[in-house]
Amino acid sequence: MALALSQYLPIWLAYLIAALVHAALLINVIAGGALVFIWMERKIAGRIQDRLGPTRVGGKFGWLQTLADGLKLISKEDLMPNGADGMLFRMAPYISFCASFCAYLALPFADGWVALDLNVGVFFILAVLGLEVFGVILAGYASASKWSLFGSMREAAQVVSYEVPLGLCVVVPVMIAGTMNLVEIGEIQSGLFINWLIFHDPFTFITFWVFFTCAMASVNRAPFDLAEAESELVAGFHTEYSGLRWSYFFMAEYGSMFAVSGLAAILFFGGWNGPLPITHWLGLTAANGPVAEYIGNFLGMLNFIIKCVAWVTFMMWARWTLPRLRIDQVMRVCLKYCTPIACAMFLGAVFWTYLLPGGIGLRARPYAEYERAPQDSGPTGPTEPVVPVARAAGESVAVKAPVAIKALPSRAPAAAAARKEG
Amino acid sequence: MDFSHWAPINWHTVFFLLFSIVACVFGVAVVLSSNIVRMALYLIVSLGAIAGLFFLAGADFVGSMQLLIYVGGTLVLLVFGVMLTAQGPFVSMKTGGGDWILAFLLSGCLLAILVPAGFSVRAWQNRPAAADAAEGHSSHGRAPAQLVSATDPHATKAPAKTEDAVDREVVQRNTAARIGMGLLGVRVDKLESPPSKLTGGMVGYLLPFEIVSVHLLVVLIGAAYLARTKKRAGGIGSGGVG
Repeated sequence: MALALSQYLPIWLAYLIAALVHAALLINVIAGGALVFIWMERKIAGRIQDRLGPTRVGGKFGWLQTLADGLKLISKEDLMPNGADGMLFRMAPYISFCASFCAYLALPFADGWVALDLNVGVFFILAVLGLEVFGVILAGYASASKWSLFGSMREAAQVVSYEVPLGLCVVVPVMIAGTMNLVEIGEIQSGLFINWLIFHDPFTFITFWVFFTCAMASVNRAPFDLAEAESELVAGFHTEYSGLRWSYFFMAEYGSMFAVSGLAAILFFGGWNGPLPITHWLGLTAANGPVAEYIGNFLGMLNFIIKCVAWVTFMMWARWTLPRLRIDQVMRVCLKYCTPIACAMFLGAVFWTYLLPGGIGLRARPYAEYERAPQDSGPTGPTEPVVPVARAAGESVAVKAPVAIKALPSRAPAAAAARKEG
Repeated sequence: MDFSHWAPINWHTVFFLLFSIVACVFGVAVVLSSNIVRMALYLIVSLGAIAGLFFLAGADFVGSMQLLIYVGGTLVLLVFGVMLTAQGPFVSMKTGGGDWILAFLLSGCLLAILVPAGFSVRAWQNRPAAADAAEGHSSHGRAPAQLVSATDPHATKAPAKTEDAVDREVVQRNTAARIGMGLLGVRVDKLESPPSKLTGGMVGYLLPFEIVSVHLLVVLIGAAYLARTKKRAGGIGSGGVG
């Protein structure tokens, strides 16, 4: 966008405007998302508990309920306990919200529609979402309340533990795709829905469920919502918060729910690629001009958002269906089930991908397309940087580089190089 | 509307100054504060700003690592430890006079070493201003060429004439792939050296990488073993989680 604007404006102003537009769009995604999700949560909770949920505000389905809630929260008194550490108490909600917002910087909504096309997008999102816990910890500590302290201690233990299996699960699709760039991971899953990485092999299928369990735990949703456990801890870490500050925590929570759902959609469910490649059949690709590409990308974005909302709905369904776990059960699920299963699935996926070249279930994947695509959008596989650099240094190096890689069997680049040759 | 008379802003410089000032100011704040949790908060901001500097230099992998390990991991554990061990509601620390003197001496020595070292790096000197401006504007969100080459001593030796623009962009942007290849034993940044040196340069860091990864695995298993619940013989409520 900055490049397009720079034809009409000086380049520094173009960058400024592009950055502001991106930031404004992303903030609206979080705010609008929270608006819809809070209403959805109340409706779904009502239906699951055999009642109607909100029905009065804004017509038949009560769809303006969140707005009424927001007005109520704004008009509430902003309280702070006497013994609280004022600065930390005031900062904590913003830290949570900022962490949740930063995750959206690297989250692509369609092919190339991403604010920051990072080479290590997956990694960045995981790192930034891990920061959200800090707001919760500070809130619990600064409130000078025992309920809050207990809540935030549980949260700290839980999130730090669940980062391990979460990272292990994310490694599996990254290894299969050969890149940490979310745009490229989404791109290699284009085509029919059998190209989605969840259907790549049985190990990725199981990995997804482990990933989603850990993601639910890391964004603090029931049955892992021990930090707020209202039956034991009053309201956990946000016991002492009221009004708008309190609502920032919830914006952050819904924001990160959407972000991890988006991560799940991109890593396992083809991202912006629908179950059928309808945009390709209709010719809405870059080959047919920018307008067709824009429409195709817009449809892709709708696809992506539908997938995200589906997984957010799944989280709500789980919240109102399952009972809350005890803290020792939470730890046991993480350390005794999720982590070993994730390790085993990682090994299984490695063997499946690289010891069965062209093996079971791999036929449908457009390998040829995947290898060719990086030419216009940058490098994909780990072997890519070797080749262009080696070209500069002459023929002998260019031959030697793949040989050097091949000396390490069962490694990802070796298999990629072998596939390239054969 | 004509913007040509407006002074151009080099966003790279602006954000470099912003991040470095934030890092320094909050680094000083860590020292001056006496409340441990506030210190942790200041340290987070400082380390986050340093991660921003890494992103600015095009080292997005290192920047993400900084966020994940230092900000997300170490500091959360630090605050967690404070909360577990605290006696009163807010822990505060007083530094004695002797400690202040010692700390000033130590950090002064470090500064005295680092500043001349920083100024003596050949690649960071004598930049023509025109090249700075051109490269600083050439790519948004990516590092200007001189910064990346400055962080990477081998890239400065490489003759620029053999690279076309695409290759340079590939080398600059894919830092994760380069680091990964280096850990697997292929030094991508040394491929341009003469073939006689190649065998030496191709060694990479495979052995240290394997040692560290096995070591970390041992640590993980050991931690799980040490933290398990010990089973007492014959007790009804024995076992528990473990």
